Amino acid sequence: MALKVMPGEVVIAVRGLRTQFGDAVIHDQLDLDIRHGEIVALVGGSGSGKTTLLRAIIMLLQPAAGSIELFGQQIVGIGDSAAFRLRRRFGMLFQQGALFSSLTVRENVAVPLREHTRLPMARIMEIADLKIALAGLAAEVGDKLPGELSGGMLKRAALARALALDPALLFLDEPTAGLDPVSAGAFDELVVQLKQSLGLTVVMVTHDLDTLWNATDRVAFLGERRVIGYAPMRELTQAQHPLIRAYFEGPRGRAAQEQACKAK
Amino acid sequence: MKASSPISSSTAAIEPATLHCQGQVCQCQGDWTLDGLETVDPRWRKVRWPTGAWRLDGSAIRTIDTTGALSLAMIIADREQAGHPLQQLDLREEHQALLDLVQERRASAGTAPASSASGGPLERLGQRIVFHSVHALDFLAFVGEAATAMGRLALRPNRFRWRALFGSIETAGVNALPIVGLLAFMMGVVIAYQSGQQLRVYGANIFIVELVALTMLRELAPLITAIIVAGRTGSSYTAQIGTMQVTEEVDALRTIGIRPMDLLVLPKLLALTIALPLLTVFADVLSVFGGMVMARALLDVSFSDFLDRFPQVVTPLSFLIGMGKAPVFAAIIALVGCYQGFQVRGGADSVGRQTTVSVVQSIFLVIAADALFSVILGGVGIWR
Repeated sequence: MALKVMPGEVVIAVRGLRTQFGDAVIHDQLDLDIRHGEIVALVGGSGSGKTTLLRAIIMLLQPAAGSIELFGQQIVGIGDSAAFRLRRRFGMLFQQGALFSSLTVRENVAVPLREHTRLPMARIMEIADLKIALAGLAAEVGDKLPGELSGGMLKRAALARALALDPALLFLDEPTAGLDPVSAGAFDELVVQLKQSLGLTVVMVTHDLDTLWNATDRVAFLGERRVIGYAPMRELTQAQHPLIRAYFEGPRGRAAQEQACKAK
Repeated sequence: MKASSPISSSTAAIEPATLHCQGQVCQCQGDWTLDGLETVDPRWRKVRWPTGAWRLDGSAIRTIDTTGALSLAMIIADREQAGHPLQQLDLREEHQALLDLVQERRASAGTAPASSASGGPLERLGQRIVFHSVHALDFLAFVGEAATAMGRLALRPNRFRWRALFGSIETAGVNALPIVGLLAFMMGVVIAYQSGQQLRVYGANIFIVELVALTMLRELAPLITAIIVAGRTGSSYTAQIGTMQVTEEVDALRTIGIRPMDLLVLPKLLALTIALPLLTVFADVLSVFGGMVMARALLDVSFSDFLDRFPQVVTPLSFLIGMGKAPVFAAIIALVGCYQGFQVRGGADSVGRQTTVSVVQSIFLVIAADALFSVILGGVGIWR
């Protein structure tokens, strides 16, 4: 359960992962360990398989070979009921929010609770309201439909749904994409704050260099079909691999780095 | 604290959350988590609460999550509201931090205004009346807008989008020929069969010609064609415009300076006004043919007898009355279909809802218009 950060325990262990679409091999012999209580970002150029890796870890995609352990449980070839129980323990924020458009925000947040618990309806709605508040939204947003929300509010509402079951593990797919810098910064802060107070482990795919500097404990760099660098941001930018250097040494990378150093 | 580690907690047995009061002290134990609270009464009605100032000892709570923290926060708030203030709260440091976060967030979010969804039946009736009146007015405004666009087109015909028109005629008219033809033929068969049974009793077999020809040409062929087209084409208009509305394509058109009315509505409206009368002629022919086949099989009225009598009993006026309805039906279907498409708001769900509304409304209005035609034509004495 989400409570105290116990650093060191491996929550996600990926070994020898191979994924492919037809003949196109996305990952080959990919290894990755994610430890409890850390915010880990997956980065890499377009098409390097960040989202694919995320989808393999959350059981939306069957890998061609290799093993993935979630909370010490093998998920490659996992049975339906075991997968259902495991799904209760992580939340996912999709890139476009993926809120159900026919339900209000509060009902959206209540969906996982209704599916996975036997709590009375009034209780579920109270919990949903709390999650909406935790995601930093005003209470009246709960009655709105997703179509009536701005981009930033949509992400927060989707985050509230991802947090519905008090997951130990939170996956975020490009959480700050499409947000203005102020909202993006506030979202980063929110994720860090939630991680600290709820003891979450967070895995995110992102291109946002400010997020990488400000919100992550460790960054995994994907390239050449595997993880070619896995270190805290400060160390990763010192890496010699040409792909990593090309990624971080552009003008944007430098600007974000200077900003981050100044802030510290 | 072992249970809080992610790996062991999946296997560790859950201790349900408990709360016991003795004197002025209430003690909490167990897992104050989603799992631990699942089987517990959320209002804690069985607890014998102390009166006056009290102490909450939560130091024995094994694990806590936001649901547990919410429960504690609500207990404290409820007791305080009832006039029993909390004097002292003992929690482990990290549990206290979570409780603080929950209390702070709940306070800053405020409370949602009470939902006004549940009114009395009278209030709901009133709401529905207002809702439908507003929509009826909106629809009238839309019809007016379409008429102005049509006027603009008459002034500047060279700006018209001919390709869109011909494309629409093909999809709404030519591609609908097989289904319209088949159904019209079957309608002719059915009408001839049912009335033939009665006519044979009186030996009035030859009157099958009047029955089939007049029913079909004046009433059923235009009606059945319009209903098929409403289901087939009206719904696709709504779905197309609705999806464009969702993906902001309609807004993109406006931004580029193309009136959605000119590009999306007028070609469809004109195309259907041309295609539906033609489809009706086709349906006339095939339904009468269906009647002829049945007349020969059942009533010994040969094709040549049937065709000899046909021009004697069917005046051109009957044919024209049927034909005259078709453009009106076409305008109803196209306008309702396009209007409902523009009413789409939000996402996938709304597209489905408006498409249903579009088909139901256009079929309803077509039949209502048909009834109106009968009354008016009867009123001016045109029966034949």
